[in-house]
Amino acid sequence: MLKYLKQLTSLVAVIAVLFAFTTESMAAKKSKTLKNTIKKGFVRCGVSQGLPGFSNADASGNWTGVDVDVCRAVAAAVLGDASKVKFTPLSAKERFTALTAGEIDILSRNTTWTLSRDADIGLTFVGVNFYDGQGFMVRKSSGITSTSDFKSGLSACVNIGTTTELNMRDFFTANGITYEPVVFEKADEVVAAYDSGRCDTYTTDKSGLAAQRTKLSNPDDHIVLPETISKEPLGPVVRQGDAVWEDIVRWSLNIMIEAEEYGINSSNADAMKTSENPQIKRLVGAEGELGAALGLDNDWSLRIIKQVGNYGESYKRNISDTGILPDRGPNELWTKGGILYVPPAR
Amino acid sequence: MIKIINFLGTPSREKFSLFVPIGIFLFSLGLIDVTLNSLFDVNITSFFPRGLNYFTPLIFGFLGLYYLRIEFSGNKMLDKLNININSNWFNSILTLLIIFVLIQNIPPLLNWLIIDANFVGTTKKDCSDSGACWIFIKIWFPRLMYGLYPNAELWRINTSFIMLITLVVALFYIPIKLKKYLIIFLIFVFPFIMFNLIHGGNFGLVWVETTAWGGLSLTFIISVFALILCFPIGMFLALGRRSSAPVTRYASIGFIEFWRGVPLITVLFMASVMFPMFLPDGVYMDKLFRVIIAITLFEAAYMAEVIRGGLQALPRGQYDAAKSLGMGYWRLHLLVILPQALKLVIPGIANTFLALVKDTPLILVVGLLELVGMIDMAKTNPDWLGFATEGYVFAGILFWIICFNMSRYSQRLEEKYKTDR
Amino acid sequence: MNLGITTFLDKRPKIKKYFPQIITLLFIIFIFGYFTYNAQVNMDNRGIDFGLRFLGEEASFDISFTPFVEYDGTKPYAKAYLVGLVNTLIVAAIGIFFATILGVIIGISRLSSNYLISKISEWYIEIFRNIPLLLQLFFWYFAALRALPLPKEAINFFDIAYLSIKGLYVPRFVWTNGSVFLFSIVAAIVAIFFVFKYTRIQQEKSGRRIPAFLISLGIIIVLPLLTFLIGGVSLTFEHPELKQLSKTIYNYIGGVAIIPELMALAAALSLYTATFIAECVRAGIMGVTKGQKEAAASIGLTPGQILRLVVMPQALRIIIPPTTNQYLNLTKNSSLAAAIAYPDLVLVFAGTAMMQTGRAIEIISITMLTYLSISIAISILMNWYNKKIAIKEK
Repeated sequence: MLKYLKQLTSLVAVIAVLFAFTTESMAAKKSKTLKNTIKKGFVRCGVSQGLPGFSNADASGNWTGVDVDVCRAVAAAVLGDASKVKFTPLSAKERFTALTAGEIDILSRNTTWTLSRDADIGLTFVGVNFYDGQGFMVRKSSGITSTSDFKSGLSACVNIGTTTELNMRDFFTANGITYEPVVFEKADEVVAAYDSGRCDTYTTDKSGLAAQRTKLSNPDDHIVLPETISKEPLGPVVRQGDAVWEDIVRWSLNIMIEAEEYGINSSNADAMKTSENPQIKRLVGAEGELGAALGLDNDWSLRIIKQVGNYGESYKRNISDTGILPDRGPNELWTKGGILYVPPAR
Repeated sequence: MIKIINFLGTPSREKFSLFVPIGIFLFSLGLIDVTLNSLFDVNITSFFPRGLNYFTPLIFGFLGLYYLRIEFSGNKMLDKLNININSNWFNSILTLLIIFVLIQNIPPLLNWLIIDANFVGTTKKDCSDSGACWIFIKIWFPRLMYGLYPNAELWRINTSFIMLITLVVALFYIPIKLKKYLIIFLIFVFPFIMFNLIHGGNFGLVWVETTAWGGLSLTFIISVFALILCFPIGMFLALGRRSSAPVTRYASIGFIEFWRGVPLITVLFMASVMFPMFLPDGVYMDKLFRVIIAITLFEAAYMAEVIRGGLQALPRGQYDAAKSLGMGYWRLHLLVILPQALKLVIPGIANTFLALVKDTPLILVVGLLELVGMIDMAKTNPDWLGFATEGYVFAGILFWIICFNMSRYSQRLEEKYKTDR
Repeated sequence: MNLGITTFLDKRPKIKKYFPQIITLLFIIFIFGYFTYNAQVNMDNRGIDFGLRFLGEEASFDISFTPFVEYDGTKPYAKAYLVGLVNTLIVAAIGIFFATILGVIIGISRLSSNYLISKISEWYIEIFRNIPLLLQLFFWYFAALRALPLPKEAINFFDIAYLSIKGLYVPRFVWTNGSVFLFSIVAAIVAIFFVFKYTRIQQEKSGRRIPAFLISLGIIIVLPLLTFLIGGVSLTFEHPELKQLSKTIYNYIGGVAIIPELMALAAALSLYTATFIAECVRAGIMGVTKGQKEAAASIGLTPGQILRLVVMPQALRIIIPPTTNQYLNLTKNSSLAAAIAYPDLVLVFAGTAMMQTGRAIEIISITMLTYLSISIAISILMNWYNKKIAIKEK
């Protein structure tokens, strides 16, 4: 009888422990990246090697830009402090392998979302933070005012391994122009080659053209041609296979956009807690359990809006006010004529 | 033709006092013509017909040297000159051409480098257009030397290198009994000290991430670590290649030939892009460490060949004598063979180290900024555009000083150790 | 040190013999297995599949310099690989050519009796040997060639070639029936080979000397010329012409464009490798014992004959192996093209193609194997040559 009782107790004990473990693990959302990030205490963010307006370091090593703000939003959401980010500058060659290898957890480097990149190399694009297109830059003195003025024999400077390289080929072939591609790895080398006259035109995303123009010896001597020859939706990328981390990054970006839609910004976010609109209350965490769905606490969205700002604030601070692109173009809310339309956070 | 020139007679010892002044006069005339032409743009022979104008200095000089070519003239200086640069007409023409080219090119070069160059100032505006802008180098000097390492922590890099130099210099002056301990300390303990000093994170030192290491100090960090690490691996490979066991021999040969047959750039790509795939999921190794491992394995193959050369040069008698004393394989090698072989190949090791230092600029293709990479970054900074030449000349001079002295030193080592046998 | 395992092994000599080998083998298998397993796991996690199927996919990028190979963006990646390989071989061939000429000249000048000449060669060697190749390359490309003028004010070489910042433009050879011309050259070479063989046999048999050199010269000139007259071969030149593309943009159309990247790479490689070849040549010539020269002089040979018949053959034996090693180094160093925009194998295949397809392991392995094959081929050739000319010791 005693033996029977002992076996029963041990069985109950084992079942209890198993149950505790499973509920414990079911409660904590399974995400290796999230666990590592919390353990390390900072978000590892891959950025460019210096693109004003998107990710650029000043002399003291502070990084600013709209891509930088995406990572800071994730840090605010996950770790509570938007400054807990470590930035790794990457060239176009190593950006994807750094992500797949685990050197960084988010790649926020004005990367174009394409099918082959999304499906073929083990990465997932989680949104678009800048809608852009590819354009050309030429010297004003050349007299070229539109891409229809291009003639065969042109030489074009471009970055290696980018969608720009492929789109350029498509464009020139479609228009029957023979051209000479001059490909460099570093964006700085591309700009220097164009500046010296080695190439007649420089092509990349139009936002990149506007930003790199500040690095030329005489920025006013150059113009960006009006035509846009491709779609370049730029957005953050994460590793495939970690669904929770994907959701966190995706919805951190979406929160920033939706906050602007509802008029919440960094200064009035706290005041909005007492708003009449239930969606606004959900966005600042005063109502609902949105945080738990992602494995975060409920103040995650409030922290993002307070510490980083909404999308409009980020854009204004980094791109409009610095004179790179005064106009928001397609990067305006859908309610105001642009194409920023994100799923609702509810 | 010779008869025309010889209207004064052939230059000979007897007529010394006739020919030498004429020769010197004509030669100097040629020199002065070229000098005036290049430095002051003055043409004293412009009254000659057009095409002849360019050749007048050559003709004057040639005639002058011809008259000076007196065999056994009795004047020591003249004789020495004649043997060295004036032994026949071909040599004299070459001499003249070389002197003229030097006169035409050296002064403008010196002008650009030193005389018209700008040394004082703080911004680009202080640079004039005609000379080199050394202000650029002066302002960026800390970055070029130390990369993006925080200024407050520079003392750590300085300390580790001062320690390294003192230890290596001490190696030559301490008594032999202590030498062994110093070498063991240098090879096994010092790397840890240096790594901890520069990397930080322990012992209360601020952690500096490896992407901030750069400049010339990174060149030396990589060279020192790679040299220390590739040495034992190279030794094992050399011994393995000479062993009679087929597995070890072919494995060593395969390893050595693989690393010697591929360019260093592909090895670096492999380290930065391919190697992370071979690590377990979730494990991440810092890029700098991967690069150092790749360079170490690469240099180990070359080091193995160098050591193998030394092993081959030893007479068989050494092996036989040691074996007859009953020594096993490892004892034989550690106590008898390797000390002698390594002494033979010290110049080869120095050469490998020199090649290693010259190969380190390649790491800029994988994003690590050593000296050349930092110059690239400096020259594309918007405030300092257009100084590529100054940057590369500076880097060239710096590397040249370092490598030249190292190769001189290894030549001296070679001579010193040659006399021992 | 008497560990249990050493006594265990001593008692069983056979196992002791094979023990280290087994350990090494197990170690190698373990390392390879570990890496492969990790790679498999990583790739499964990311959803990447391994395979060479991508080589058949369309490349969709253009390459700026593709002589000898028909290539555009619709061709597969395998074609892009071929273009890269051909470009690597082109720059290696140009580099080897100039490096050899320059190296031989400098090597011989180093031994000249003229003090100035030997000193200058010495300084050349010391300067160009001690500066890293990458730095020299950067200097030539970013500093020197960027200072060239725009095409409108290009440097003019007798109206045949034009040098500008966009490259060196030379006339293109336009052949009709060019294959006939090539066949004639091949036939001429074969004929010359047989001529030399025949004259050598004649000389050994009867002592009669036939001027083989003059005959071969005649063959190599006359035979190709004949193809022009009766073979229907003709040659015209396509000259580069300045075309205005816009108000200030000009470019040369027609002719062959030698891009500045190629020029800078070839220049840097040649100047750097020439220093090593010069040292090899010097060692070779100095390695011929003085007695040989004295003996040759004593039987009445002129200095020119001594050099040609006695010194050079023996010197070549010493010169050729290390020089071939330098050629190999030059080919490997040509991979530095990845740092400037020259489309060689590394830039095109392990650069653009890898970034577009993401197949890092396959592409880098293929690249490394290519260079490895070139190295091994040269090594085998070198071993064969060494065996052939080895002095058979008595």
